[in-house]
Amino acid sequence: MQSTPATALSITVNGQSHDVEATPETPLLYVLRNELGLHAAKFGCGLGQCGTCTVHQDGQPIRSCVVPVSEVAGTEITTLEGLGTADDLHPIQRAFIAEQAAQCGYCIPGMMMTGAALLQTTPEPTDAEITEAFAGNLCRCGTHTRIVRAIQRAAGNVAGTTA
Amino acid sequence: MTAPTVSPISRRTLLKGSGGLVIGFSLAAAFRNAGLLAQEATVAPIGTPAATPSTEPGLIGTPAAQTQEDIQTRDVSGDTIDSWLSIDGQGLVTIYCGKVELGTGLWTSLTQMVVEELDVPMASATLIAGDTLLTPSQGTTAGSKSIQVAGPVLQQAAAEARMVLLTRASERLGVPMDDLQVEDGVVTALFDATKTVTYGELATDTFGMEITGDAPVKAFDTYRVVGQSIPRIDILSKLTGGEAYLHDLTVEGMVHARVVRPYVRTMDGIGATLGSLDDTAVRAMPGVIDVIQNGSFIGVVAEREEQAVRAADALQVTWAQTAPLPDLGQIYDLIREMPAEEEETVRTGDVEGAFASQTARMLEATYTQPYQAHASIGPSCSIADVRADGATIYSSSQGVYALPAAIGPIIGLAPEQVRIIYKEGPGCYGHNGADDVSADAAVLSKAVGRPVRLQWSREGEFAWEPKGPAMVMDLRGGLDNEGNIVAWDYTVFTPTHSTRPGGQPGNMLVGQQIDPPVEPATLGQTGGDRNAPNNYSIPNQRLTVHWNETPALRPSALRSLGGLANATANETFMDEMASLAGADPVEFRLRHMADPRAVEVMRRAATRAGWMARPSGPQFSGVVPAADGTVTGRGFAFARYETEFAYAAVVVDVTVNPADGTVRATRVVVGHDCGLIVNPDGLQNQIDGCVIQGLGRALKEEITFDGSAVTSLDWSTYHIMGFADIPLIEIELIDRPDQPPLGAGEPAICPMIAAVSNAIFDATGARLRNGPFTPARVLEALAAVTG
Repeated sequence: MQSTPATALSITVNGQSHDVEATPETPLLYVLRNELGLHAAKFGCGLGQCGTCTVHQDGQPIRSCVVPVSEVAGTEITTLEGLGTADDLHPIQRAFIAEQAAQCGYCIPGMMMTGAALLQTTPEPTDAEITEAFAGNLCRCGTHTRIVRAIQRAAGNVAGTTA
Repeated sequence: MTAPTVSPISRRTLLKGSGGLVIGFSLAAAFRNAGLLAQEATVAPIGTPAATPSTEPGLIGTPAAQTQEDIQTRDVSGDTIDSWLSIDGQGLVTIYCGKVELGTGLWTSLTQMVVEELDVPMASATLIAGDTLLTPSQGTTAGSKSIQVAGPVLQQAAAEARMVLLTRASERLGVPMDDLQVEDGVVTALFDATKTVTYGELATDTFGMEITGDAPVKAFDTYRVVGQSIPRIDILSKLTGGEAYLHDLTVEGMVHARVVRPYVRTMDGIGATLGSLDDTAVRAMPGVIDVIQNGSFIGVVAEREEQAVRAADALQVTWAQTAPLPDLGQIYDLIREMPAEEEETVRTGDVEGAFASQTARMLEATYTQPYQAHASIGPSCSIADVRADGATIYSSSQGVYALPAAIGPIIGLAPEQVRIIYKEGPGCYGHNGADDVSADAAVLSKAVGRPVRLQWSREGEFAWEPKGPAMVMDLRGGLDNEGNIVAWDYTVFTPTHSTRPGGQPGNMLVGQQIDPPVEPATLGQTGGDRNAPNNYSIPNQRLTVHWNETPALRPSALRSLGGLANATANETFMDEMASLAGADPVEFRLRHMADPRAVEVMRRAATRAGWMARPSGPQFSGVVPAADGTVTGRGFAFARYETEFAYAAVVVDVTVNPADGTVRATRVVVGHDCGLIVNPDGLQNQIDGCVIQGLGRALKEEITFDGSAVTSLDWSTYHIMGFADIPLIEIELIDRPDQPPLGAGEPAICPMIAAVSNAIFDATGARLRNGPFTPARVLEALAAVTG
């Protein structure tokens, strides 16, 4: 029953190499979620508009719902699971938990990936820099102020806190 | 200082209804098992008995000892303690709840309420909710009524369970019950610390008791967990890629699907039938298992998700339109003219008489509310496993208990053969696509004989989800010689705000499309008049509701239902009346308000905001344009949810750019009184949500359509608030621990649009009465003022 395309595509995700069954034009998101069982990145729009599917390609945030899996071969893909786990949380996860920065939470993994990439290049961002970096991330619940606070906490910009 | 109690009668009333859905979560289990999440990516087959079935297979929060027989015979009556609670030999508590988690933190707060009554640690409790075989129905999880309505039910069950345990402890220890104390699930004799027994040791048998309603619940001033900002029990999984959402579940043998529908829908039918379908090429595509056509319902099922997506895109389908959509530009005129059931719901004094004889100055105004979307950040999803003898369906519906009767007939099963298991989805804010997608998945699973995972496309969610409906509100008001309101005449044109399935197959989209189609069922008029009655002391009032029978798009519940539109009309008109009276808008409201809680909410918001009393408008504020030409203003509005529940007052500061019509909210202050506060941090999170979503609905959100289709189908055509739009938010929480807790997910959104409109007026002198207040509408209103 299973149609297995005859491709020899291999991608590197969270430091591990994986052979990909999907055809080359398949959006990376489906491979991450359905082949590798990495569920942090979510399907939000399939159009690259909302940011819920954000992962890192060589440290840069990308929209995995519109990037063909073939385009990431030879690069390092990092998902939220590669940043931190429940047993070994990444500072940005600790910051989001400390700020209780989630309502439904569906957009939050993408927010954390965008935030982690921002903090790599801008370790102490201003609120304006955060706003600019998050221009492509949508939250419908209205958790924005907590998300900004969580990024500032992760950056160590909140007095008396360490993430 | 009376402890809140719940009468058995009201409790049983609440439990009416059928169906239920449950999901489990436990703080202890979440942390204990967190490391296992990544490995537990596979969910056991559903639908037929597995060797060790669980409430949420493969996930945390599963009572270990549960067998299929336990599941099939579980008491979900709600009449007994055991139907709500169980305690195991380790003293671990399982709460069986009929209200589901919609992303509001409800399960955390309900767990707080239960562990408070039981005197057990938060970490010892697991909450399971929304499984029609495991949990008592508590109806639809909606209206922000779960703390308010379901909380006391669970509290009472816990109080009764505690009584049973203390009775057992008393017998076991030989100590009178009055001389026992409980801490963290350990019962100790007050005067002999050596006499001690744990809940686990006492849990040798089921409770075996009916709920009597007699067990006293705790006095609020002894609360130790309720009232605390306990962290969300669901957050760790959500923030670490755990199986936090239905969308993340995988079922063995699962295949993937997409559906194809016309982008037309009305309340009385889909509005289009299948014209032609050519699936020849699609059937030959890799991985495609089947193309299902049943009447006008079309779906594709494939081995892999991306194959289903491609196949759906490649299908050659045409539709025969039977009900064209009306002209969006004429929609508000049409709303006045369409068939409607008229109802006068408030008549106080003599409105016409007061206008004729007591009114010195009169004002009339009309307000309109556009069609708006739930716009959940992820499209709706379901996994269904339909077999000859039964079905199991994972759903994110708010109304899981009503789904077996709605879906069963569509797939040829009796309702009792359909098990719905709730699993959280993205925030829904009301009746979005979660119900319909569940029925779609069930039909497709039945057709292919395999478990089917169906997630709608982004465009599908925007096109097919029920809409927060367009409305028209006409107001007339009269002031007497002293500038007080003597007459208030309110007329609203609205459809019902609920087309939830209600156990009716004809209310599922697929039910209307299959052959033979099922007619939509009429479920009465709901929610369009919410917050139409005001809370002010006005001697002569009339409220007339025209219930539209043929709205353009299928309407249903969107956060606050009609509450937002009606509060917008009432509170903008209140400001217009204050201006007519030459009064400060806060003082004007207070002078017409007798309810001390409302008065305090308004005063607290105004004080926190630094409100300076004066009439609204640039001639009174003395505002001068900034260097960039922008002007600032400040607006106030108040609402008591449903005119009888929680109170919210908001002060919104805006900046308006008269050159391009852009409006930006810069600061929002909220005064909020929802009685007893169960979880202050969770409450503030919800209020933030009301403020931000409310601003979006004030400034940006509007569904568009042409003659044949909804045209706002993605985030570039349906605009919501982004990070650049977010104001400073300050919240004044008024805690009233001696008052019952009231729902808090919706009250604060109600006054938001009015406060923005009033602020724009204060900044510019222009009244915005038709939302959303886009730059084009603002420029139009400014042009009208400047002539």
